[in-house]
Amino acid sequence: MEEKTLRDLKVGESAKVVKLTGEGALKRRIMDMGITRGTEVHVHKVAPLGDPIEVTVRGFELSLRKDEAEHVLVA
Amino acid sequence: MSITIALAGNPNCGKTTLFNDLTGSNQYTGNWPGVTVEKKEGRYKRDKNIAIMDLPGIYSLSPYTPEEIVSRDYLLNGGADVVVNIVDATNLERNLYLTTQILDLGMPVVIALNMMDLVEKNGDKIDVSRLSQELGCPIVEISALKSRNVDTVITEAVEAAGSKSTPSCALRFTDDVEAALGEVFQVVSNKVEPARARWYSIKLFEGEQMTIDALNLNAEELAQISSIRECVETEEDDDAESIITNERYDIITNICGDCIKKSPKGLTTTQKIDRVVTNRILGIPIFIVIMTLVYFISVTTVGTIATDWVNDGLFGDGWLYTNTEAYETAVEDYEAVVEDYEAQGLDVEAMGIEEPDPADFGLWHPGLPVVMGEWLTLIDCAPWLQSLIIDGIIAGVGAVIGFIPQLIILFLLLGFLEGCGYMARVAFIMDRIFRRFGLSGKSFIPMLIASGCGVPAVMATKTIENEKDRRMTVMTTTMIPCGAKLPIIALVFGALAGNFYEGTWWVAPLFYFLGLAAIIISCIMLKKLKAFAGDAAPFIMELPSYHLPTVKNVLLSMWERVKAYAVKAGTIIFLSSIVIWFLLNFGVYEDQFGLLDTEMDDYIQYSIMAGLGNILAWIFAPLGFGNWEATVTSITGLVAKENVVATVGIITSLGEIGEDDPSIWLAFANMMGGTSVAIMAFCAFNLLCAPCFAAMGAIRNQMRSAKWTWAAIGYMCVFAWVVALMIYQLGGLITGEVAFNFWTIIAFILLAAMLFQLFRPMPKYNKDENRKAQARINAEANAA
Repeated sequence: MEEKTLRDLKVGESAKVVKLTGEGALKRRIMDMGITRGTEVHVHKVAPLGDPIEVTVRGFELSLRKDEAEHVLVA
Repeated sequence: MSITIALAGNPNCGKTTLFNDLTGSNQYTGNWPGVTVEKKEGRYKRDKNIAIMDLPGIYSLSPYTPEEIVSRDYLLNGGADVVVNIVDATNLERNLYLTTQILDLGMPVVIALNMMDLVEKNGDKIDVSRLSQELGCPIVEISALKSRNVDTVITEAVEAAGSKSTPSCALRFTDDVEAALGEVFQVVSNKVEPARARWYSIKLFEGEQMTIDALNLNAEELAQISSIRECVETEEDDDAESIITNERYDIITNICGDCIKKSPKGLTTTQKIDRVVTNRILGIPIFIVIMTLVYFISVTTVGTIATDWVNDGLFGDGWLYTNTEAYETAVEDYEAVVEDYEAQGLDVEAMGIEEPDPADFGLWHPGLPVVMGEWLTLIDCAPWLQSLIIDGIIAGVGAVIGFIPQLIILFLLLGFLEGCGYMARVAFIMDRIFRRFGLSGKSFIPMLIASGCGVPAVMATKTIENEKDRRMTVMTTTMIPCGAKLPIIALVFGALAGNFYEGTWWVAPLFYFLGLAAIIISCIMLKKLKAFAGDAAPFIMELPSYHLPTVKNVLLSMWERVKAYAVKAGTIIFLSSIVIWFLLNFGVYEDQFGLLDTEMDDYIQYSIMAGLGNILAWIFAPLGFGNWEATVTSITGLVAKENVVATVGIITSLGEIGEDDPSIWLAFANMMGGTSVAIMAFCAFNLLCAPCFAAMGAIRNQMRSAKWTWAAIGYMCVFAWVVALMIYQLGGLITGEVAFNFWTIIAFILLAAMLFQLFRPMPKYNKDENRKAQARINAEANAA
């Protein structure tokens, strides 16, 4: 079964981070910004042109592209 | 005793505001992550023995961005006696993540808990004494914006530095990880100082190549560490770096659970504003309205009034404050009479008709050239020196300074948008578009500024973290028509259509779109070159909370940018005005080298400049303007685009004349040989080729490499030449103005090459393995 990622969440949905895929700078950067295992993420909105998305994590607003959100597995 | 205090903290946590407060200096800050890239040093204003170092804003001490590397190298190399870690109290969890890493460094730390006033306003409670206890270092509650408690930070820092008290931090990871770190430390215990033990153990456990290189570990030690790491990695089913990051955030979550009491609340103000401003449907219309407004105010209305005041008054004849209507009527009458007499072939001066003197009509103050001219005549200044000062320097520098009022208004508005946090939203909205050609939404800001002036635009690329993106933005951003290029557009349009462009409002936007198209095409082509290839840089960006920027800050951001422009006027334009004046006014006439008589018709054809133009004209021959006149114009444009119209005026013997005067259109069209495609090619070349000297200087500053500077300038010139060639040869072929010739073939070949580069799939280059993967492979080889 295809695993659910942050990309698949609809606007207004929340989920808990299960795992991060990918490696190196990108993965580290996502984690440095506070998206780590067990964190609650809330998809706040999608940019007018459909990408990037804005999520609320640890009480602040973060913008990331859908391609990057794909590296965040959620449940 | 002198002490060095380093200020470290997340981007946008109020670090630069605190730095300005403490040092009394005036660095500008933006509500836009990443305003400080280089570290800045200042002295504490109450005690000059205390040096304060403002490090760039960082989220982590990992070695992935230039800012992170600058900061950690500085801290690790013992540059500072104490670290003041500024923590944004409204965003405690993410800010403390950096704190946990700073605490590991084993040097004195004082935490400045900023924006406590906002926390109180939100109704949240932070148990500061408990937080201080858990983190094992002193915490000072401050408000940098209101200068509250900032001196206490320094007192605490000095005390901490004096006692050399390292944080008594009791934060511990889970037992398995702690055990592994202990084992790692055993391997390298003789190589690191005890205070740094924790830092190095963690970094080696993470397998960070930078630390491995710095410590010069041998194969055996590396193998031991790898086996410790792999053991934990297998158990946790994750890589060591992520394990540590997870552990850090887990600790922070616990601490925050203990120390913060959040008041329950609905949407924050920022979320409410964003619900409208970055709304799926309204987002783009609002963005367009805001940008149009910025332009309408700074370029067409207020800006034009201010610029006219400077150009016509200060650097023109002067100001008439009262009774202007009567004067204008008198001038109209005078002009009608003169026209009438000229039509009859009469000598106007002999008829005793004098131009009305504005001083007779009301309160009049003469402009700078008039005052200077009278003064120079009074002191019996040599005519050539008078000409140099009035026609060369004042006219040249004045042309540049004339734009300052417009720029002040433009940069005030942009400074406000930056300060309140809207610019980050602009990047958010525009990212989708810019990513298509390999840049990120952050590239939009420099391009926006470039429409005012290329110099601050190139400086604004600082906020782009990714080096490839930054270089590409620097290389292309000046293709947007800047304020100084608008008169060229007006001139060309006048020559083509016989109509001033302000009457045909859509012409200027058309050239902005051409500039944009050039940028897009350039980026797509450049992205496929090896130097720029690679995965898209991550665009993981904080969207800061909105707040009203302080007046001081908006003024500072405006001042910093206008200053860059004014310095250009004072230095480069000043010198180049002298050089150009010399090249234009000296030459060989009747076998004698010397100052040319500027009263003589066509004196310019005897000048050195004309000679230079003749030598270089062959370059432009295939573009349809291979005569010395057009060449000279392009050369002076390279120095400063402001020179182009002035040079056309001089060459065509029309003298000082505006780009909106029909006589210059005709003269210019004749100079270009009369074909419309040659005029278009000339315009395209001058708009797209290397920008003025000042912008080139800014490019050199940003690129920090001679190679990249020349690559950028070279690319712009070649690209401009190719585009102009295609316009002249292919456009001319279509309109029938140019016959098929050798250069037509070249133009077709270049067009094909460009299309190929645009549409071919991304070539595959051997991707450099990232350092960490490489380190693993090495370690495994060593272990085997």
